[in-house]
Amino acid sequence: MEIQEKKNIYVGVQTTQTRDIRDFMMEINSYKNILVFAEVGDDKVCENSLELLGEANRLKTMRNNDSWVIAAMVGNDVKKYAPTLFGYGADKVVAFDSPQLENYRSDLYGAALAGIINAYHPEIVLIGATALGSELAPTVAAKLRTGLAAHCTALKILENGQFTQVVPAFGGKVLGDIYIPNHRPQIASIKAGITKKLDFVQKDGVVEDFSCELKGFDRMKVVKVEKVHETCKSLTEADCIVVGGFGIGSKEEWTKLEDLASLLNGANGCTRPVLDAGWVSNEKAMIGTSGIAVRPKAYLGIGVSGAAHHTCGIKDSGLIISINKDENAPIFACSDYKVVADYKKIVPALIEELKSRK
Amino acid sequence: MNIAVCVKPVPDSKYYDQIKIDPVTKTWDRSGIPTVISDLDKHALEAAISIKEKHGGKVAVFTMAPPTMKDTIMQALGMGADEAYLISDRAFAGSDTLATSNILAAAIRKAGNFDLVITGNESDDGSTAQVSAQLGEWLEMPHVMNVTKIDCDGSSIFVTAKQDNGSIDYEIGLPAVVGVTRKVNKPRFVSIMGLMKAKQKPFNVFTANDIEPDPNFVGLKGSPTQPGGIASPEMGRKSEKIDGTPEEIAKRIVDELYKAGIK
Ligand SMILES: Cc1cc2nc3c(=O)[nH]c(=O)nc-3n(C[C@H](O)[C@H](O)[C@H](O)COP(=O)(O)OP(=O)(O)OC[C@H]3O[C@@H](n4cnc5c(N)ncnc54)[C@H](O)[C@@H]3O)c2cc1C
Ligand SMILES: Cc1cc2nc3c(=O)[nH]c(=O)nc-3n(C[C@H](O)[C@H](O)[C@H](O)COP(=O)(O)OP(=O)(O)OC[C@H]3O[C@@H](n4cnc5c(N)ncnc54)[C@H](O)[C@@H]3O)c2cc1C
Repeated sequence: MEIQEKKNIYVGVQTTQTRDIRDFMMEINSYKNILVFAEVGDDKVCENSLELLGEANRLKTMRNNDSWVIAAMVGNDVKKYAPTLFGYGADKVVAFDSPQLENYRSDLYGAALAGIINAYHPEIVLIGATALGSELAPTVAAKLRTGLAAHCTALKILENGQFTQVVPAFGGKVLGDIYIPNHRPQIASIKAGITKKLDFVQKDGVVEDFSCELKGFDRMKVVKVEKVHETCKSLTEADCIVVGGFGIGSKEEWTKLEDLASLLNGANGCTRPVLDAGWVSNEKAMIGTSGIAVRPKAYLGIGVSGAAHHTCGIKDSGLIISINKDENAPIFACSDYKVVADYKKIVPALIEELKSRK
Repeated sequence: MNIAVCVKPVPDSKYYDQIKIDPVTKTWDRSGIPTVISDLDKHALEAAISIKEKHGGKVAVFTMAPPTMKDTIMQALGMGADEAYLISDRAFAGSDTLATSNILAAAIRKAGNFDLVITGNESDDGSTAQVSAQLGEWLEMPHVMNVTKIDCDGSSIFVTAKQDNGSIDYEIGLPAVVGVTRKVNKPRFVSIMGLMKAKQKPFNVFTANDIEPDPNFVGLKGSPTQPGGIASPEMGRKSEKIDGTPEEIAKRIVDELYKAGIK
């Protein structure tokens, strides 16, 4: 990396100083280690955060293991989750426990995570693009006046050591490389299902308590928290996903896909029009840019046209088979096997075939 | 109630499958794709206009874009916004979300006192979903994204924000910034009458000299994130056709699924 002129580097919250180039490099190099924001939801650590610990370990090897993987937790009584984080790859856990952090608020959580980052100076910060994380990440990036790459589909470290983030645009039709050369930390948000968690290994580590002043807005209040408990199998855990598109045609027909999924011990996924039509009510069943990314052993797509908005969320699947009556459906180009037919003829036959093999 | 709505003109998302990357120049080709208001920004406009209808005041549209995007902004005025601010300068080109939100915040500050700022949760094209919260940070206002419901009593807003495992309701004393999702409302259509009236509404243009953003975070040079190469995602697979009677096809599909480890 060559830097010819004086640069500004912004350390901490809103302190701006002009320094000369050697100071600048020293400042940049003083940022080390990889920090993962470990989000707690439904009384456990989010899968997404565990996946990011796996990814952080992969990056750590690319940094010749000369880095720590730090997991940062923010909440009320969250320190108890530290063993899970160690087991999935954290070297150190930093926990900010406070009754003020009982419920998520962008101002307080933003202040808390920015505080941790200011104290630990990580070079890279990974945040899951959950609903909470997608808001927390830009909040913290703005507080620290640093760069954030959104919904990364891949992270790389180039031969020259440059950290590179690959981000989607135009509904996944275009992928762009993003660099954050002159600001630290380099923050990335990543959706569930993109990176892989490690196998759990019982292991100990250092837990550090952290606290700082939480400057928030008195005029912001949480008035109600509603939790919905999952009743169906999560798509990220299913080996086989039977995905229906708008071509299914009606809610009545949709039940056949549910039968099919259960015969395959799998789960049902859908496209956005299906969710909009109300054939499926579980929002987490939607796959694609506005939904989740999946990587099952097998994806069976039925009546799905294959818009980039959807296919960018399935490309890491093992096997992809699709059924569509339109020979030119774009989904076929990204399928291992294609069936050009009316699904109403194929699905009943599939159900019979599976029953006969049970 | 004075409400600012951030509206981004984008290439119509219906046509994104037509976007091609030029292998030589490594830029994308969006030629022939019409420009429209980013989908969620219509929901932001609807939310603002209906709050104004209840509590009075005005709705101002803020757009950072090249001057050629005027027609799209007229659509927003046609929907019922009262005035527009087009923020346009070569110096703003290449702004990442931190710079974009810095510039939008400076324009909103310059234009007057706003009680509420509404944005889309994410745009159709860049879709980073970062500008809304960052705008809140630059304006030093409380901010909420993923909003599925918004009510206002004139001095506070009451919003429901979707979470992965449920939702959180907030009460926030104004001023505040919110980012809305498609759930929040159904945007009204733009009528011919509305478009006629739009021509009489104030249309302001801000250049770099008119506003005072933090000068360290403007344009490509002031953007912490720097773009590198672009590519199309590798998605191609062998696309082998399975033929036969429905029974034969079903048998083959099940064989392949079992081979892939499905039981
Ligand atoms: C391929 C590619 C990848 C990119 N990746 C990143 C990245 O990872 N990180 C990054 O910081 N930047 C990135 N950018 C730059 C980013 O797209 C721009 O900063 C853009 O100006 C705003 O981002 P957005 O469209 O994603 O906004 P979002 O945050 O998705 O938009 C949310 C809302 O903010 C408002 N808004 C956004 N832009 C405007 C505007 N110009 N005028 C008025 N209102 C607006 C609208 O209400 C909109 O609904 C990328 C750009 C490209 C082309
Ligand atoms: C900002 C934005 C974000 C989006 N995010 C997402 C997202 O996250 N996920 C997502 O899925 N979409 C998303 N979309 C929508 C996306 O662009 C497409 O519109 C959508 O994926 C199409 O869904 P579909 O394939 O089910 O429906 P359609 O495109 O309507 O396709 C239906 C298909 O069914 C076939 N068919 C019909 N009848 C039969 C039959 N009897 N037998 C066999 N085949 C049949 C048809 O040939 C057709 O190919 C988004 C759009 C926008 C603008």
